[in-house]
Amino acid sequence: MAAILEVKDLNVYYTEKKSILKSAQTLKHALKDVSFTMEEGEILGLVGESGCGKTSLAKAILGMQKRYDGEIILNSPNPQMVFQDPYSSLNPAKRIGWILEEPMRIKKIPIEERRQRVDEMLDKVGLDRSCKEHYPNELSGGQRQRVAIAQALLSDTRFLIADEPVSALDVTIQAQIIRLLLKLQKEMGLSILFISHDLRVVYQMCNRVLIMKNGVIIEQGEIEDIYQNPQNDYTKLLLEAAGIDE
Amino acid sequence: MKKRRNKNPQKNLILGIIITAIMLTLTFVGFFYTPYDPTEIAVENKLTGCSLEHIMGCDNFGRDIFSRVLQGLGNTFVIAVLTVSIGVIGGILIGAFTGYFGGWLDEILMRANDVLFAFPSILLALVFVSIFGTGKYNVVLALGIAFIPSFARIVRSEFIKYKEMDYVRSARLAGAGHLRIMFVHILPNTTTVLLSSIMIGFNNAVLAEAGMSYLGIGVQPPDASLGSMLSDAQSYLFSAPNFAFFPGLMIILLVLGFSLIADGIKG
Repeated sequence: MAAILEVKDLNVYYTEKKSILKSAQTLKHALKDVSFTMEEGEILGLVGESGCGKTSLAKAILGMQKRYDGEIILNSPNPQMVFQDPYSSLNPAKRIGWILEEPMRIKKIPIEERRQRVDEMLDKVGLDRSCKEHYPNELSGGQRQRVAIAQALLSDTRFLIADEPVSALDVTIQAQIIRLLLKLQKEMGLSILFISHDLRVVYQMCNRVLIMKNGVIIEQGEIEDIYQNPQNDYTKLLLEAAGIDE
Repeated sequence: MKKRRNKNPQKNLILGIIITAIMLTLTFVGFFYTPYDPTEIAVENKLTGCSLEHIMGCDNFGRDIFSRVLQGLGNTFVIAVLTVSIGVIGGILIGAFTGYFGGWLDEILMRANDVLFAFPSILLALVFVSIFGTGKYNVVLALGIAFIPSFARIVRSEFIKYKEMDYVRSARLAGAGHLRIMFVHILPNTTTVLLSSIMIGFNNAVLAEAGMSYLGIGVQPPDASLGSMLSDAQSYLFSAPNFAFFPGLMIILLVLGFSLIADGIKG
């Protein structure tokens, strides 16, 4: 299998301005020598506490973070992201149909094809076709997250970053969204970088997992190996905290 | 107590719409029809009170006040609408670019904005008019430019609020350019705030125009505007109170109607 994503010695720094008057800046080292590869069609988990650099990594891969050292090779066009909060990821001033058509409208795809593909995608993510006429605030969190997934997939991508896509949802809805992501991954051969702090969800979803702390990947490998036999103390702590014991 | 507060905006909105609808009807009627020629002088009718022939009486030249009020409403309305349009379009452009991009462009434009904001708009318009001369369209331009800063600030703060939202990020990931994100994705979210400030801006424009005409630099005689009529009427305040009363009433109703609507939208 070919690698869809290769990250080599990635370092990301942020400059923090201390005040407007002083020109002195502190450099924050958000990611330190991060290296990993991701195979085509794989779901890779990325686990770590908040502030450990998960989102920085996602931004760097998506090209939102322009300043970095190292190498990122992504073999997929239009990488997309599913955001954590389904209440801010959909434009409240636009109807669902408009939101879903937007990626294709930007690419100047004709209107009949857009409509047809939106309908097909709505079927795929398990939403009623009539929801095109609704505004985002008329939908539930789970429905919104389905719309967000549909929108990401309508950009013709094979690579998706899911940034805590279920942590803002109820447990029952979480399970539905996870099942949906797994189904879509199989059907469309997607590769998903699944960011989460919930080790149970990661266990359900992923083939392999990266454990991250303070901008460093401290452990990576097959999910079974790591959950059965964690090498690092921090990983053991995380597993204990999640209530997963061997 | 709470119930009343919730109910009021709705009432205000309806009342505002009714008043505004009446005023707009009068304005549009005034464009096409006035009972008498508003500039026709008839000395024998000088300063007559209300009667069946002249329902609002006649002014110091014997001109029909009702006809002049209709014409004045039209002039005031056109000036206010054009003024607000200039202010809103300029404000949206400046506010969108400064709010969205930030950085040095933001600093420069917002400091220029502050300078403009520091002058009272009437004073600024006076300076402008004294350079370019009096007249309807110079007043529009002068007031319009003076109105830009307040709209620019509102739009800028809205753009700063929305530009970090996830839906903007996802639009960027979908390949939308900066202009598309600014005007197609973010701008529609600012309409509620913008609409109520447009209403308030319209009121300020009506009052500013009345003020300018009162000072004699707006609409030029013999054409009427509500402000110039008030200005003419002040010498006859006691001998012919109807001369000042009706133009004043029209200004009050025009402003009240839009204020109530603005209040209703916000509530």
